[in-house]
Amino acid sequence: MLAAGDGEGGGFHTPTLADFFPPAIFFEGTPFEFNRITLVRVLATFVLVTVFVLVARRATLVPGRAQGAIELVLDFVRVNIVEEIIGKKTARRHTPLLTIMFLAIFAMNITGIVPALNIAGSGVIGFPIVMAVIAYGAFIIAGVRAQGGLGYLRSALFPPGVPWPIYIILTPIEIISTFVLRPATLAIRLLVNMVAGHLLLVLCFAATHFLFLEAAAAFKAIGVVTLAAGFAFTVFEIFIAILQAYIFVLLTAVYINLSEEAH
Amino acid sequence: MDATTILAATVDGTYPLLRPATYDIVWSAVCFAIIAFALGKYALPVFTKILDERTAKIEAGLNFADEAKAMAETAAVEQEQLLREARAEAAHVRDSARNEATAIVAEARAKAAAEAERVLEAAQRQIDAERQAAAVTLRADVGTLATELASKIVGESLEDVARQSRVVDRFLDELEASALTTAKEK
Repeated sequence: MLAAGDGEGGGFHTPTLADFFPPAIFFEGTPFEFNRITLVRVLATFVLVTVFVLVARRATLVPGRAQGAIELVLDFVRVNIVEEIIGKKTARRHTPLLTIMFLAIFAMNITGIVPALNIAGSGVIGFPIVMAVIAYGAFIIAGVRAQGGLGYLRSALFPPGVPWPIYIILTPIEIISTFVLRPATLAIRLLVNMVAGHLLLVLCFAATHFLFLEAAAAFKAIGVVTLAAGFAFTVFEIFIAILQAYIFVLLTAVYINLSEEAH
Repeated sequence: MDATTILAATVDGTYPLLRPATYDIVWSAVCFAIIAFALGKYALPVFTKILDERTAKIEAGLNFADEAKAMAETAAVEQEQLLREARAEAAHVRDSARNEATAIVAEARAKAAAEAERVLEAAQRQIDAERQAAAVTLRADVGTLATELASKIVGESLEDVARQSRVVDRFLDELEASALTTAKEK
């Protein structure tokens, strides 16, 4: 988006993936290379942590507005995801991790529509991979804890209730689906949603910019349409930011539940 | 943009969409670690504690309300019991008072009646006695007077007391007899 507003005046700015691979700011070439995306992530982290620590510091038994809003979110994750999917029995153990994942993913997603940031912290594969690895670890650990290492592998790879020759094809499928596709789909789903959302927004606003300022007078009216579309997609992106965080955590909860309950 | 396009772009394009750079992973992990530490070690436990406290408080409040209600019910039952006992006692007292009063009145009436009878009898007796005395006196006086009168009229002294008395008695008897016949004729 910043690129769109660079004022080059060089005609229509086509949205590309270049927005997700900006030049380094510090430490170029080291494992700590710091660029615009990283800056956005650090900012999102800072805001999220600050808000929660400040509200938690003055938390009271009778909640004020800020605390009420935060408790609403926490209740949403605890009741609508963890307790509903995993069940109340082990909900208490899994709630903190899933809540933190939900909030972190949401914070990284929502930067996509924050003015001046305008790119999702989860729009580059690193963050989705980290989240997917944590989800992967969470459901494997939950399975091992609930059924023991061998018990978990047996229930995951040799689901009971089928005649044994079926395992010849079923077990490889289960290996791939459980231990490869689950984390991969988690990461890729989140990533491409954020990338696509960003490209859509850039497309709308770059077109509006071009139509209003540079196109022939006859086309300026169309700029109103693209502006309206840009606004609509911004609202939509807010929804997507919440939805993707929800889906990610929901699926993690489902995987944890599947690991804990033998087939 | 489907997956194959993305993958193709990854393989030969300039932008490795699905291939993470080391720094990308590092910074993502650092950010998540900070979030996880701050929220997991500080913020979430605070909210969980408050939530538990609130739940406990609400439960305590509900229990207290139940207890208070039960207590109120017991008190109401007790009160009703007391009221019923008090009413029964009051009725008992009233009844016994009424009985006592009736007894007292009856006794008083009997006593009064006896007294009245006694007084009446005494009066009667006195009257009888007085009449007797009056009759005796009268008889003597009338005798004397009549004798004196007769002697004066007859000129003869009836000094002999026995005779005198006899004459008087006869006279009186005649008088009485005549009075009797007059009364009979009437």
